[in-house]
Amino acid sequence: MISWPNFLSQLFNGLAQGALLALISSGLTIIYGTLGVLNLAHGAMFMLGGYAGYVAYEATGSFVVAVLAGTLFVGVVGVVMERVIIRHFYSRPHEDQLLVTFGLAICFVEIVRFFFSSLSKTVPPPPLLTGITSLGVMFYPTYRLAVVGIVAVALLALYFVLYRTRLGMIVRAGIEDSVMVDSLGINVYRVFMVVFGIGAMAAGFAGIVNAPVVSLTPDIGEAILVQTFVVVVIGGVGSFPGAVLGGLIAGEIISLTSMVNPGYAYVMLFAAMTLVLLLRPHGLLGTRGRE
Amino acid sequence: MLRQRPFLVETLTAIALIAVPFVLPYLGSAPNTVNRILVWGLFGIGFDILFGYTGLLSFGQSALYGTGGFVAAYLLTQAGFPYVVMALLIGTVAAAAVGYLVGLIALRRTGIYFAMITVAIAEVFYFVEFNPLSEWTGGENGLPGVPTPSLYLGFTTLHFTSGWSLYPFLAFCYFVGIVIALRIVRSPVGAILRSIRENPLRAAAVGHNIHGYKLTAFVIAAAYAGLAGGLLGVLQAFMPPEAFTFDTSGQLVMQTAIGGRGTLFGPLVGAAVWLFLQDFLQATLGLGAAWKLVLGLIFVLLVCFLRQGIVGGVRDALGFARNKYAAMFGPKHPPPSPTAGTGGRQPAHGGFVRPPVAAPMPPRHRATGPLAGPILQATELTKHYGGVIANAGVNFSVNQGELRGIIGPNGAGKTTFFKMLTCEVPPTSGSIVFEGRDITGMSVTDVCQLGLTKSYQVNQLFNRLTVRENLVIAVLAELRGKFKLDALGSLSRIPGLSEQVEHTLELVNLADRRDTPVSQLAYGEKRRLEVGLALASSPTLLLLDEPLAGMSPTERIETVKLLKSIGRDRTMIIIDHDMDSLFELAQRITVLQEGRVLVEGTPEEIKGNAKVQEAYLGGVHGVLAP
Repeated sequence: MISWPNFLSQLFNGLAQGALLALISSGLTIIYGTLGVLNLAHGAMFMLGGYAGYVAYEATGSFVVAVLAGTLFVGVVGVVMERVIIRHFYSRPHEDQLLVTFGLAICFVEIVRFFFSSLSKTVPPPPLLTGITSLGVMFYPTYRLAVVGIVAVALLALYFVLYRTRLGMIVRAGIEDSVMVDSLGINVYRVFMVVFGIGAMAAGFAGIVNAPVVSLTPDIGEAILVQTFVVVVIGGVGSFPGAVLGGLIAGEIISLTSMVNPGYAYVMLFAAMTLVLLLRPHGLLGTRGRE
Repeated sequence: MLRQRPFLVETLTAIALIAVPFVLPYLGSAPNTVNRILVWGLFGIGFDILFGYTGLLSFGQSALYGTGGFVAAYLLTQAGFPYVVMALLIGTVAAAAVGYLVGLIALRRTGIYFAMITVAIAEVFYFVEFNPLSEWTGGENGLPGVPTPSLYLGFTTLHFTSGWSLYPFLAFCYFVGIVIALRIVRSPVGAILRSIRENPLRAAAVGHNIHGYKLTAFVIAAAYAGLAGGLLGVLQAFMPPEAFTFDTSGQLVMQTAIGGRGTLFGPLVGAAVWLFLQDFLQATLGLGAAWKLVLGLIFVLLVCFLRQGIVGGVRDALGFARNKYAAMFGPKHPPPSPTAGTGGRQPAHGGFVRPPVAAPMPPRHRATGPLAGPILQATELTKHYGGVIANAGVNFSVNQGELRGIIGPNGAGKTTFFKMLTCEVPPTSGSIVFEGRDITGMSVTDVCQLGLTKSYQVNQLFNRLTVRENLVIAVLAELRGKFKLDALGSLSRIPGLSEQVEHTLELVNLADRRDTPVSQLAYGEKRRLEVGLALASSPTLLLLDEPLAGMSPTERIETVKLLKSIGRDRTMIIIDHDMDSLFELAQRITVLQEGRVLVEGTPEEIKGNAKVQEAYLGGVHGVLAP
């Protein structure tokens, strides 16, 4: 039953899903690392990106516009959310931050349900990337193959921003010690806002890029959020490389287990998380004290 | 206030539960809604103990709710087990057992990690219910045909079927649940759970096994969830697979936050608001699916503006009204203290500091013979943080009954040295021997239980608890050991607790402030409570990290007196920058510099030592600054 082509195609599925998870988790992890806020609305951001892209696609028929619109819209939502609500929660306990972002997630999901109903929506892949591609031993949907590339580019861009720019240096310094960054005369609150926007954009971008693969429903973000948690726990909270590594691991686990029995995909994912917690409580690439 | 009338809350609850079926039908509420509120309320009692009291926010309670529900429903529908009440209890126990295992994993981490892990675990349960276990659980169909309970009373049999007929059964379950929960939160375990919520670090440092208590809270919450899950099946005559969804956990969290966390009744109020609003918005206003959006918005607003939820808000309003009332009709007299009158009590106001009146408390086991020999010996103690060397090869020995001072410039490694002695941080190398026992690598909790503890340089208090409650936490650790499951016991039944707390209150001169929450204390008072917390567990070796820091000159004088009196029959090591006070107090002084022992000697020797002067005044290579 398990043939080589099947195995390979699942391996690719895992890569595509893992890359997406890596991107979404990077957003979650840099927000948490810098601001100290775990954004439970991150899954809803992913969903919003998909729907904003869907609207743009319906209006213009262009996939590229859809991707831009989805990403930017979610970025704006993130910035507004940070300015209006999250900002008042920095000094409050973690539990309150979790509660408020959880509440916001519900609001986002229900607003979308109100306007678009619970029925699923689809965004077709761009014409250039439709069809299937022959990979020698097997045929594979072109768009899924492209997703790996697109997300890889996005991750590289995020890497570039984080590790090669002045802003990125400030963000990474903020992850280590935001109080110190503040006392060095850098307006840490403005950095927080930008980081929240970037993190949200990562989720939004993933949301619209994923839309042609899986059809959109208002609660699509919920399952993704749980998966990103596992990714972040495996990779280590606050670590960008950890999120990428964790994402790829999680993607492959889900995909390869699904090949045998889809019912066990989550069980295996969870087993991996437990294993990491037992052996390396701070995650594969995490460090102590970022909690 | 509630303690004075012991069963007031229980009685009021019973009256309210009995009154409901006579009142609510006239207000047009459906019995089914009321029953569902009770099930959610019961589910929430356990969750509130976990979240509101212990501070552990779990988003995975659905796993335990579903487990309890499906175990009970399976027994009743598939296995042909005829006793409904017994099945519910088995479900409860099963959920508690599963909760224990889940807790072992989830409690490896705290804070947001804990929240994330519980979400992930709950999701696994959902998938396991649907696939690997679908033969037993019915997969997406759930288990239909759950019977309702009947009670055979000898002369008659009570049948509970549905609607108002089922209500007495559910109300009774809720009542039992709330009575047990009230006992738990008033027990020593309840007090310790609150201290873990406020400051887990300090709760561990005063000698409580906080992991054990957290696990206890998790298992209690799991048991409540399991019972509620079973009742859900009974209520609906069907065990729905939706019990396992993330939505279930989310709804529980939201209802608890809406009603008020840390109140036990909050989840019930939250569930009432939730379900009545849902009916109202859907049926009366015809909002359809948008009802959840309205509830979501209400929830966000409540989290932003009314942190303690509805019950908390009402309680604050009542407290405000009571204060107004008290202010109008004369001041409230403080309760008489058992030691009042022994030493010229005067009202402590306007910065006047009263000398301590109580005799110092003896350490827990007095040395029988003359005080002699080392009580603590540190050998070649070294601590590296990456490339930074905090301490290098420190050899340090303190004799029984000695009062040792440690001084040294900022960054000399004094605080790290203390942290290693109390086993808060493990040394990179070297060993520590306390009372002849090698304590290197032990936990801070165990070391405190042996009789070695410290007060912190930066206050580590239980901020939302009162001064008295703070000391109770520390004394409990000594009287009960690091872990004891007296979750149904009473604080007032612990012999010696009250005396030791009152004694410490007198000693640190906070008797007049006993019922003040720590967050309202002045800095000097907090500082004294910090010392009091370390003192309350009557250690044989007490470490004080800058006890005089930030105090006014008058306060310093009084504190030095206090330190002298408590040092009379115990060993103490004090770090401070106040040299005059330390030279007056200590018999010997150790000077640390750049992580090493520079010199050690009597205060006189230290005062005249050239190396010490150089270290402080910055002379270069033996050449003293003029």
